[in-house]
Amino acid sequence: MTQLALVIDLNVCVGCHACVTNCKQWNTSGEAGPLVDENPYGKDPTGTFFNRVQTFEVGEFPHTETVHFPKSCLHCEDPPCVPVCPTGASYKREEDGIVLVDYDKCIGCKYCAWACPYGAREIDEKQKVMKKCTLCVDRIYDESLPEPERKPACVLACPTSARLFGDVHDPESEVSIAIREQGGYPLMPEWGTQPSNHYLPRRKTKMKIHKDELVRVDNPLKKDGHLPKVDENESFLEDSASW
Amino acid sequence: MHPAFSVIFLTTLIGAGQGLFLALMTVQAYADIGALALPEGSYFGTNSMIALALLVAGLIASFFHLGHPERAWRSAAMWRTSWLSREVIALPIFMGLVFVYGLLHYLGYNPNLFGENAPPQGELTYLVGLLGVVAAFALFICTGMIYGCLKFLQEWNTPLTPINYTLFGIASGFTLATALTAWMAPTLVNFYGGWAIAFTVLAFITRSASLIRNQRIKHRSTLATAIGVRHAQIQQKAQGAMGGSFNTREFFHGKTAAFLKSIKWVFLVLVFPVPVLLLALGLQNNSATLLGLAFAIQYVGLLAERWFFFAQAKHPQNLYYQTI
Repeated sequence: MTQLALVIDLNVCVGCHACVTNCKQWNTSGEAGPLVDENPYGKDPTGTFFNRVQTFEVGEFPHTETVHFPKSCLHCEDPPCVPVCPTGASYKREEDGIVLVDYDKCIGCKYCAWACPYGAREIDEKQKVMKKCTLCVDRIYDESLPEPERKPACVLACPTSARLFGDVHDPESEVSIAIREQGGYPLMPEWGTQPSNHYLPRRKTKMKIHKDELVRVDNPLKKDGHLPKVDENESFLEDSASW
Repeated sequence: MHPAFSVIFLTTLIGAGQGLFLALMTVQAYADIGALALPEGSYFGTNSMIALALLVAGLIASFFHLGHPERAWRSAAMWRTSWLSREVIALPIFMGLVFVYGLLHYLGYNPNLFGENAPPQGELTYLVGLLGVVAAFALFICTGMIYGCLKFLQEWNTPLTPINYTLFGIASGFTLATALTAWMAPTLVNFYGGWAIAFTVLAFITRSASLIRNQRIKHRSTLATAIGVRHAQIQQKAQGAMGGSFNTREFFHGKTAAFLKSIKWVFLVLVFPVPVLLLALGLQNNSATLLGLAFAIQYVGLLAERWFFFAQAKHPQNLYYQTI
């Protein structure tokens, strides 16, 4: 079974919102119609986004650390939003585990949004249907695109490669290796939703350098004097062979 | 959560409608074993239509909650998994049974299906009524479980939620029945009034239990589990939008803690002691006005109760939306 998902490296994310804008751009231009934007240039701009980058400060001054936290649908293995949907508009695809909304069936009752502990679903106030991250399902299988571009828009936009995309059920995939080797974790594990998207924690990269590594004790220049020089009078093969 | 008035009116109106129907069937059940005399004339027919009117009003209110009301018929599809879908099925079934029950009484068509001498008498309405009772309770459970089944909304995730919905519906329905009966069949007023007081007291006990439970609730999700950073000191600095979003509008009631607390006391006074007092006074003085007032005040109190029920629930997604 395939389960496509994102792995987001919080150690690398710089909070630039490139994933947010590229996501919005791609998904507002698709077949499903625009993602609503209200007062885009007014006092209180608001609208529907599939992806948002939030910022948290961890610790107490001066020992603080800024964590930029991209947040989108986690495509749970056991998504609580799906069984509550009365019309079946919300569903999880068998073939790749993407959780989707059928906009033609959705009645806009918002019950699925109540049933998502992560607040990943946002209603489109114009179209009056529930919308959420589709993992760019209209992009990743598009064979008219060159192979490297068949990835979600957010992944392509990330300038620091903080977003990885792949099959988390394949133990040898890039995302599975990242989760396994870099301590990838799910959000709110306490509710048993088994999110497919994982986050890689902040890491401190430290290196211990000992003094004797700065000055080599067995420095050959000091130990053995100067390197031997070439004797200028010695004849070479070129001398005898050049006529 | 942000309380939606469409849902507040839906749940309180259909609750009262279900309660009123259950009150009618209670009298018929008593009458069938000879404990009471059946009221004359169009008593059952009229009251059934009033119950039906409440159910229709609730149904209309529910449509205001939908983004696409014209697709509402689709919502019966997922009854295997969704309590909302089950409610969508149970409500029209119950409405149909109330209508048939009222119509049979109105037409006076009530043949004895199992022979002249076999109790209970007038089995056809009794049979339809019993089906209606089953549907009424199924509907109460569906309505309550819509909220009760969401396990991370810890204020709602308790058996007390469907129990409260049931008892509030029955209490308000019996109070309404008392008031209506004072006009139509005064001999039955004491019977209904007694039950109305009993159910109101019972609802007070279960609602108090859920209030006490919710006061001590320890929320399982914290900012640490929400973003997965194991630290006691985490502060949000930005939520990714400056003008708010669906997440800030749908999941916050937007009122102060003091306002929330005052609504709690408003409903605790208006739903329980005031109607009980008015019911007692109305029964003593044979005053239909006082009994009508008891229902009106209890209904207003129930609107406040439902508002508080929604506002009190803290959705874990709010952890992600604490600072702009």
